[in-house]
Amino acid sequence: MTEVFFTGNRAAAEAAKLARPQVVAAYPITPQTSAVEYISQFINNGELKANMILVESEHSAMSAVVGASIVGARTFTASSSQGLQLMSEGLYFASGMRVPLVMAIANRTLSMPVNIWADHQDSMVNRDSGWMQIYCANAQEVFDNLLQAYKITEEVLMPAMVCYDGFIVSHVAERMEVIDQEQADMFLPEPDLTKRPLMDPKNPLQFGEVVYPDWYPDYEYKKHKALLDSPKTIMDVGREYGELFGRSYGMVENYRTDDAEIVFMGLGSLTSTTQWVVNDLRDCGSKVGLSKIRVFRPFPDKEIVEACKNAKVVAVIDRDIGYGTSGMLFPDVTRALYPLASRPKCLNFIIGLGGKDITPETIKDIHETCEKALEGKEVETVNWPDARKYD
Amino acid sequence: MEKTKIKDLTDEEYLHHGSLACAGCGALLAFRHALKALGPNTITINSTGCMAVIMQMGVPKVPHFHVLFENGPAVMSGVEQALDIMGTRGDTNLLVVAGDGGTADIGMGSLSGAVERGHDFIYLCYDNESYMNTGGQRSGTTPFGAATTTTPVGSVVKGESRPMEMRKDVPEIMIAHGAPYVATASIGYPLDLIDKMKKAATVRGPSYVHVFASCPAGWRSDAKDSVKLAKLAVQTGLIRLFEYENGERTFQHVPKQRKPIKEYLELQGRFKHLLDDEEALKELEQYVERRSQS
Amino acid sequence: MGLEKHEKFIKKASSTLVFEPGWSEDNLTGAWRSERPEVDQEKCTNCDICWLVCPDACVKREGDRIEIDLKYCKGCGICAEECPVKAIIMLREESD
Repeated sequence: MTEVFFTGNRAAAEAAKLARPQVVAAYPITPQTSAVEYISQFINNGELKANMILVESEHSAMSAVVGASIVGARTFTASSSQGLQLMSEGLYFASGMRVPLVMAIANRTLSMPVNIWADHQDSMVNRDSGWMQIYCANAQEVFDNLLQAYKITEEVLMPAMVCYDGFIVSHVAERMEVIDQEQADMFLPEPDLTKRPLMDPKNPLQFGEVVYPDWYPDYEYKKHKALLDSPKTIMDVGREYGELFGRSYGMVENYRTDDAEIVFMGLGSLTSTTQWVVNDLRDCGSKVGLSKIRVFRPFPDKEIVEACKNAKVVAVIDRDIGYGTSGMLFPDVTRALYPLASRPKCLNFIIGLGGKDITPETIKDIHETCEKALEGKEVETVNWPDARKYD
Repeated sequence: MEKTKIKDLTDEEYLHHGSLACAGCGALLAFRHALKALGPNTITINSTGCMAVIMQMGVPKVPHFHVLFENGPAVMSGVEQALDIMGTRGDTNLLVVAGDGGTADIGMGSLSGAVERGHDFIYLCYDNESYMNTGGQRSGTTPFGAATTTTPVGSVVKGESRPMEMRKDVPEIMIAHGAPYVATASIGYPLDLIDKMKKAATVRGPSYVHVFASCPAGWRSDAKDSVKLAKLAVQTGLIRLFEYENGERTFQHVPKQRKPIKEYLELQGRFKHLLDDEEALKELEQYVERRSQS
Repeated sequence: MGLEKHEKFIKKASSTLVFEPGWSEDNLTGAWRSERPEVDQEKCTNCDICWLVCPDACVKREGDRIEIDLKYCKGCGICAEECPVKAIIMLREESD
């Protein structure tokens, strides 16, 4: 274990290197770019034995890693924002083919208006593409989650995205710990190629067939079931990682939620700010807690119910927006909580879009609205506390 | 390389019977012979199009992957680089198959990228000059005058109106990329096609083979005329068969005397309206003449 | 057509979209035919051109005889059209 000072992108690249990918295909896009530049440097320094495919678009990046995977190679790719959208067709292609893939996403909003800064719009709009989605709050989590993602995807045979906020995590250097190659190899052995069919002239098989309506739902259900069953693998891997390297991971990290009347809930770096505010508010006597969602797909129903068992108000913080409805985390949370007899009041807060700073004051603002709701006053369901309104 | 003779060819077929190809399908004939030329040690990536549908229900006896419409070459880039680093390529041929829509239009970027990067694979485009799988819409290779479902014969505009020279000439685009081997072929000359596929397999780096393949359904021609039309296209000079290698171009099956274009047009419903259009016929004749000078 | 094979694969496969080849052969495309090729073995010179140009590989070279696989022949008529000595003629399939 070595202490280092890395950015999120560097952490992603270092973890990817330790996973020994054989093929890397990527296309540059802000703020993902430096993650791939590091990989190129590793390859050219001889530190990583891999073929780098410098593709002409993100669509081809996704296509190339699927191609490499279907003949048995371990792969890596990374993207952001517009690039992820161009890849979108390929995301379904990959999950439908049940190939194990790991992709780093430096989260950034989608144009227009043009904006290169962080929010979760890019990965959230692809939440139903069959990919697992793991969100990270800092560089250490990027490193840990990316390594674990390889082990998870190769077990579950559904691809995995490891998402971290652009610039806020991707470009900010933090003190963190890395493991060495020997430890990584012990944690993540070579992939077991007997687990899935490969393209091989010695055993000719046909991939990507047409499936007619009568059988189509059966295949779709199998994909769905694979994700429904994956939490066991995700938690086993998170536990094993903790036993080996001291940091364990689950689906959700519930913080001071046991007796909390107000529970904040969110993804990514905003949870760090929120955790700090939770401590502050607790010091002032407010019964608040935080449910930091690590794995958004598959959705952690059980853990969220556990976090909200004593809650009266749940503040779902979305750094994304489904225009004309609510943020995209909100409907999943309300669905998970609906069967609860206590049924807490669920409020949605859309903040930090396009990189707008999420400050402790923003979170305190959210808390004030929750307190109002707690007192029984009428409040909006979907709130935009950090946007100016002109009506 | 010695020219293949009919008696040298293997009786082994690499496609199962029972495919959903229309009777007289030119593309299927092209694929049948491409696989005969390459043999069983071949991995095929098939961009969406007629061929991907024809191959369903397990028609190919070689590994076959029906991918998306536009990403065949990109998927193959991954396959090639993976086999390279794992050291498991051996003598395996890597073949991408796509139609003219998947090649000249939606897949152009993917093809251009894969060829520019120099991956060692063969790309076979079966060109039936429109989007046949969706019912015959105009593509970047649809010829001047041809009626398609999106360039119909109307009372004002009759068929495709952009000039022949402005068709997307993919073999020339591939030559401009510096691809080490570029060839055109026609299902009217299967032995020539086989020779070109064999040559493509021996070349290191990307090879591009553009095969003119008739389509009775889309061209509204008689199924029995598929091979005849693919020959007539060459005999009238509308299609030229060539190989381009090491900066040199050699032509095959050049007609000593070109047949009248009308002989080719009159067998196809898509050109029926041209038969009494003197101006259009003259334009086509002049196109063939202009190109024979280059 | 072949749907029972879907069942077989969906039960056994790791649920990836992968099939074993060959089940298209359940699809007897000979039924599509309206005309059937008939070879005049006397006229035939064994040039094999019909074998070469059949898209569906339904012409078999059996020694010095040419046989048509009527189970799968779709009746396109390319073999008859391309035969240089007109040894193949297309006969109308009789309706039942």
